[in-house]
Amino acid sequence: MGAKPTDAAPAFFSAEAIGGAFRAALVAAGLAFPILALRAEPDLNNQLVLLNRWPLLLWAAGIVFVGHLAAQIPHVGRILKWALFAGCTLVLVWILAGVANSNLPLRGKIALFTLIAASGFFGLLIAAPCAPGTPFHDFQKRARAFAGKIVGPIGIVALFAFPLVMLWTLGPGGSLKWINNYGVQILIYVMLGWGLNIVVGLAGLLDLGYVAFYAVGAYAYALLSTHFGLSFWLCLPLAGILAAFWGIILGFPVLRLRGDYLAIVTLAFGEIIRLVLINWTDVTNGNAGLSSIPRITFFGLPFTAADNGFAASFGLEFSPIHRNIFLFYLILCLALLTNVATLRLRRLPIGRAWEALREDEIACRSLGINTTSTKLTAFALGAMFGGFAGSFFAVRQGFVNPDSFTFLESATILAVVVLGGMGSQIGVALAAAAMIGGTEILRELDLLKAIFGPDFDPAQYRMLIFGFAMVAMMIWKPRGLVSSREPSIFLKTRKSVSASHVREGHG
Amino acid sequence: MSEPLLTVRGVETWYGNIVALKGVDLDVREGEIVTLIGANGAGKSTMMMTICGAPRARSGSIRFAGLEISQMPTHEIARLRIAQSPEGRRIFPRMTVYENLQMGAAIDKFAHFDDDLERMFTLFPRLKDRARQRGGTLSGGEQQMLAIARALMSRPRLLLLDEPSLGLAPIIVRQIFQIIRELNHREGLTVFLVEQNAFHALRLAHRGYVMVNGLITMSGSGEDLLARPEVRAAYLEGGH
Ligand SMILES: Nc1ncnc2c1ncn2[C@@H]1O[C@H](COP(=O)(O)OP(=O)(O)O)[C@@H](O)[C@H]1O
Ligand SMILES: [Mg+2]
Repeated sequence: MGAKPTDAAPAFFSAEAIGGAFRAALVAAGLAFPILALRAEPDLNNQLVLLNRWPLLLWAAGIVFVGHLAAQIPHVGRILKWALFAGCTLVLVWILAGVANSNLPLRGKIALFTLIAASGFFGLLIAAPCAPGTPFHDFQKRARAFAGKIVGPIGIVALFAFPLVMLWTLGPGGSLKWINNYGVQILIYVMLGWGLNIVVGLAGLLDLGYVAFYAVGAYAYALLSTHFGLSFWLCLPLAGILAAFWGIILGFPVLRLRGDYLAIVTLAFGEIIRLVLINWTDVTNGNAGLSSIPRITFFGLPFTAADNGFAASFGLEFSPIHRNIFLFYLILCLALLTNVATLRLRRLPIGRAWEALREDEIACRSLGINTTSTKLTAFALGAMFGGFAGSFFAVRQGFVNPDSFTFLESATILAVVVLGGMGSQIGVALAAAAMIGGTEILRELDLLKAIFGPDFDPAQYRMLIFGFAMVAMMIWKPRGLVSSREPSIFLKTRKSVSASHVREGHG
Repeated sequence: MSEPLLTVRGVETWYGNIVALKGVDLDVREGEIVTLIGANGAGKSTMMMTICGAPRARSGSIRFAGLEISQMPTHEIARLRIAQSPEGRRIFPRMTVYENLQMGAAIDKFAHFDDDLERMFTLFPRLKDRARQRGGTLSGGEQQMLAIARALMSRPRLLLLDEPSLGLAPIIVRQIFQIIRELNHREGLTVFLVEQNAFHALRLAHRGYVMVNGLITMSGSGEDLLARPEVRAAYLEGGH
């Protein structure tokens, strides 16, 4: 913490520093030995043979050695920040060059280029790690405050414009990937993150089984629509109610639990739901899952090439992109609904009670707050939004099976919330974009294939990279990307008296 | 004389198989300041928390305003307007002073929040200066004031205070005790004060009880107890 006196750290390249680096390298080699140096592989006769990979181990130890020494360089933190900044600038230039060299139509090129250049350079300007106290830093401070104010509205406008801009610049074929793989996929996790944020971020109840409610919503839509022919718009609230009901079922037994015990029970709950889905084959069709779930329609008009389809009715040429654009807007609206509901609830007594509950349960009770019902509403509402997202998932895929609802999903959603900064809405959205978008980008990085050979699949290193990202976050931003908590003012008490009190004081 | 506001009779409280209160009797009348003093570990905090229902009394009776409350859930007891500033203050550290005070008004559905806020800021001007500061960043004295103000926001009929002087500079302790005295004097607020700081507590209180190992061993008016040699020897001389 704070600035440590320079003479306390061993001088750069002193015998002491080299000895320390050597010890660290030894420890790393010892820890990595079973993972890196040994590998069991089946040989031609399909028998396992133990291979040793000493060079890999040496490389790892060497990297630790050099890294440890490098950490002793004076001002290494500042240097790293500037290096990161330079890296970001290079990536931006690289993207811009890619846009300029792409085979897009000229109008698309110009539009995309200007947009990325303007927002990229503004971002770099306010993110540059300038030393505090310099005039530029003051400018950055004001620019950051300004950016903080406009990022919400601009983001929403940009999101609504996104699929149309993509369609316009890239055409139906080229834009599919962006709208579906990036847009819809990220927004699902934004919504799930916001839903879980009610339980974990606001009420402070660590829930490791959130995917159970996602599953309940998905199967609810799948079963209700295939068996009873109910429309999506009817199934959506029903799925939400069912998920909320299961949220309360989970809530009751865990009312007295907190922290790690609560986490374990919710984890088990998530697994129970998945096992039920696998084994209750009469209803859920087990591992094979449910298929031929009715697809989304445009308020009754199917997205097909038929004469009564969406494209024909609006005089458009049929394209599968229409369905994807509609799905994009649907999940965007659902996610925004989650957000608006959360922001609104935070300003109501129940939202304030959740936050107080997170801080101190005993104090809450002594202030007359019924902690039982407060917790149950948090579970129920969080679960409801998970259920909404689940039915969206089912209507998008047209197929559900238990494999989509493993613990890894819960962990990813929780990681989105934690990385985003518990309780921060914008942080959760950014974290979802980084994690899910990052996975998609990894899938596409042919550059890495060129370096590591053709069988290198970067997406397999996803978890490793997330792991590093998590560790780095815990070191540099232990409270998440956006850690500040906005104090909220009640809707009810906005008389001038209270407002004047609130403006006073600093903090 | 009519029934006291709070009547505690034969209350026993256990933590698992350890007995903390071994049959306590005490009364708090409307408009009184009553203090409970005793050494560390005597069971004072347990007494206060038992009134609030957490932990629950294993036997005996606790009556408040004519109602038996010993089996009620904590939040319902609080809704009868028994407010407390618990041991260690327990303010909400990441919420602002303003939000902490809002939580105090939760049981009234914020009906007279603005008026009460104004009143608290007159009583504790320092809180007004710090309205937007996070509770956790306040000084010890300010946190104690916030804990009391938060309790007062519910317009309590009985205010329970557990060691408000703990860890505070003498001048702050005097300020806080002065405010309690004023509240009692001007508004007739009934206060049950748990203290180790026996000298200040007994000077402030109308009546006092002395607790030793989960039992009341002495009781009497504040001045009376202050004058008794046993009290002086055990709780006053040797520093407080
Ligand atoms: N939560 C608890 N679990 C078990 N024993 C407790 C608990 N709280 C207090 N005690 C015990 O009860 C006795 C009375 O404690 P307490 O009421 O806190 O005393 P005081 O407030 O007078 O210092 C002590 O012996 C203490 O160790
Ligand atoms: Mg105590």
